[in-house]
Amino acid sequence: MAAAGQSEGDLLHTVASDHMSPARLQAGWSLLWFASAVLAGMVLAQLLYRLDRVPFGFENWRPVLYAYVFWAIALCVSQVMVRGEQGKRALFVLPAVLFVVSMVVFPILFGLYMSFMDWNLASPDGPKFNGLDNVRQMLGDPFYWNALKNMVYYVAAVMVEYAIAFGLALMLNTQVRARKFFRVAFLLPLMLSPVAVSWMIGKSMLEVRFGPLANLARLLGWDNPAFFSTPEIARLTIMVMDAWTFIPFMMVMILAGLQALPKEVQEAAKIDGATPWQGFWQVTFPLMLPVSISAVVIRIIFKLKLADIIINVTSGGPGGATDSVTSFIFREYRDRSNVGYGTLLAMVYLIVIIIFVTALLKVAGRWTRQFNQEGAG
Amino acid sequence: MSVETAQIFVDAEADLGYRTKWYTKRALIYGGLIFWAFICLFPIYWTVTTSFKIAPDVMQGSLIPWVDFTPRWRGWRSLGLSPETIFQTSTVREEFLKRFMNSVVISLSASMLAVILGSLAAYGLSRFSYRFGFMKNSDISFFFLSQLILPPVALALPFLVLYKELDLLDSRVGIILLYTLMVLPLVVWIMRDQFKAIPVELEEAALVDGLSIWGAFTQIVLPIALPGMVAAFILSLVLSWNEYFFAALLTSTDAKTLPVMVASQTGSQGINWWSMAALSGAAIAPLVVIGIVLERYIIKGMAAGAGK
Repeated sequence: MAAAGQSEGDLLHTVASDHMSPARLQAGWSLLWFASAVLAGMVLAQLLYRLDRVPFGFENWRPVLYAYVFWAIALCVSQVMVRGEQGKRALFVLPAVLFVVSMVVFPILFGLYMSFMDWNLASPDGPKFNGLDNVRQMLGDPFYWNALKNMVYYVAAVMVEYAIAFGLALMLNTQVRARKFFRVAFLLPLMLSPVAVSWMIGKSMLEVRFGPLANLARLLGWDNPAFFSTPEIARLTIMVMDAWTFIPFMMVMILAGLQALPKEVQEAAKIDGATPWQGFWQVTFPLMLPVSISAVVIRIIFKLKLADIIINVTSGGPGGATDSVTSFIFREYRDRSNVGYGTLLAMVYLIVIIIFVTALLKVAGRWTRQFNQEGAG
Repeated sequence: MSVETAQIFVDAEADLGYRTKWYTKRALIYGGLIFWAFICLFPIYWTVTTSFKIAPDVMQGSLIPWVDFTPRWRGWRSLGLSPETIFQTSTVREEFLKRFMNSVVISLSASMLAVILGSLAAYGLSRFSYRFGFMKNSDISFFFLSQLILPPVALALPFLVLYKELDLLDSRVGIILLYTLMVLPLVVWIMRDQFKAIPVELEEAALVDGLSIWGAFTQIVLPIALPGMVAAFILSLVLSWNEYFFAALLTSTDAKTLPVMVASQTGSQGINWWSMAALSGAAIAPLVVIGIVLERYIIKGMAAGAGK
């Protein structure tokens, strides 16, 4: 961080005679202006055509997309022509920035516009501005609030996953034979597509009549194992299935952290007469705190996107008990093709997530710093 | 017991206890590991065996082939992939292969594109200082990484409308662009770590020898960073192969991917357990192979996150 100060130079210095001939400068600028003019002209023409101001135009916006791509390439080329060595450096980051801006910033802004529309894709009417009607509908939509509440449960389940993942990582970190086999076996659930997992576990193994898990449950004394009939059990089942897929992810991160720990500290604790239990809670666990925090935070971020399993196994049932926000909006769109309302819900969710994750990162950052100070002091 | 016959070195009571404790500890650890390995592997085993069952075997919940039931090719025949149907024309198989190829093309191109864009950006950010308006290097990095928290649902409906206008609905290109966007933050994250670990002196030497910065990047840095790029590529591949949400919304006939095909089978006409099992098995098989063969890289990629 200290290196990233105000006047900091590049990490990699280059010496180049940056003498650009006027002709080159002029060519660079005129290329950029030309491309911009083409893009602006195309956008304007297409807009006018869409608003029925001019009689001719393209059938869709695809040609405008080509114009945008042309403009992006022209921008990159002109950077090199105008700014020489500096431009060549900008070329490293520029493509990715352009890509993300056009794929995220623009759609999000467009989404904000959509949120205040009555826009049913199935009806031929097209979008109609309806002010705050969508917001009012959202405030009175019990299913949306229910889905948000479910997300709280789902996120809380991360702590259980974390405990299991930590346990597994500790076991893998000991001297065991066939460690490679165990690592691969533990990793496999993460590789499987959630849709296949939904089918394999959710539909097939949990099948009430003959699924092996239902049989096992009967063997253990649960007379009528129904995994998706009561809200609590259904939610729990979804949590377990999602945990099954993602525990390997946390486990790998924690294992990497464990293996990077200095061995001396743990041995010193042992020599000082600490029992393994004390050694874990007073040495290993505090040392692992930064890694743990980042593993949990990343896992929570992934958890907030939870949808595939729910869509495919319960479609939110029974009575919305297993709905996540994503699966709810998915169904809302599938059933009513109302993109305006769905987008508003998604935008509100996005804002909630941004606030929540920012707060989470703040708290996590403070914990880590506190820990570092304690470690230093 | 006389003193003479006693052993000179006697295991003290405490030491004996220690050894049994050691053995119980080992047994517990192995027990735990084997138990969890069973939990991880059983669903895969169940899927594979179910694809060889016929209706009565499924209904009885048979578990072990040749003991509980006789394996048949029923499930694979319904996909057109059993030995006797493999050389005949089969519409189901063509459908399956089409989806399979869609998944292959889409996930490979998206990962490729993401690794190229992400590596370039990560290298630039780790070596030079930029300034786009008010944004400096750390802001640009944060801008890339913050895409990670963006829920797909916030983008899905706007993209549905935009893609409709752009005539990109149900096209491979559209899905490839979205998947690239989805995995780009991960690639930037992994590659930033990689490039930070490479000493700048290497490139300085290359520059002195007369290479340009792009020459130094492609000829000196890239070969060293290759393992990291492979890790990023594999992780991207896994994520985009498995993606369902965008594919379900934005594709219908031409660009439909394998997960969408698997999902669309479940509802219709009761459930053919055997053919569903065969289909799921075929859908997960490539990734199981990748997981077994390239486990090293996947772990490397994910462990990059633990460092920060």
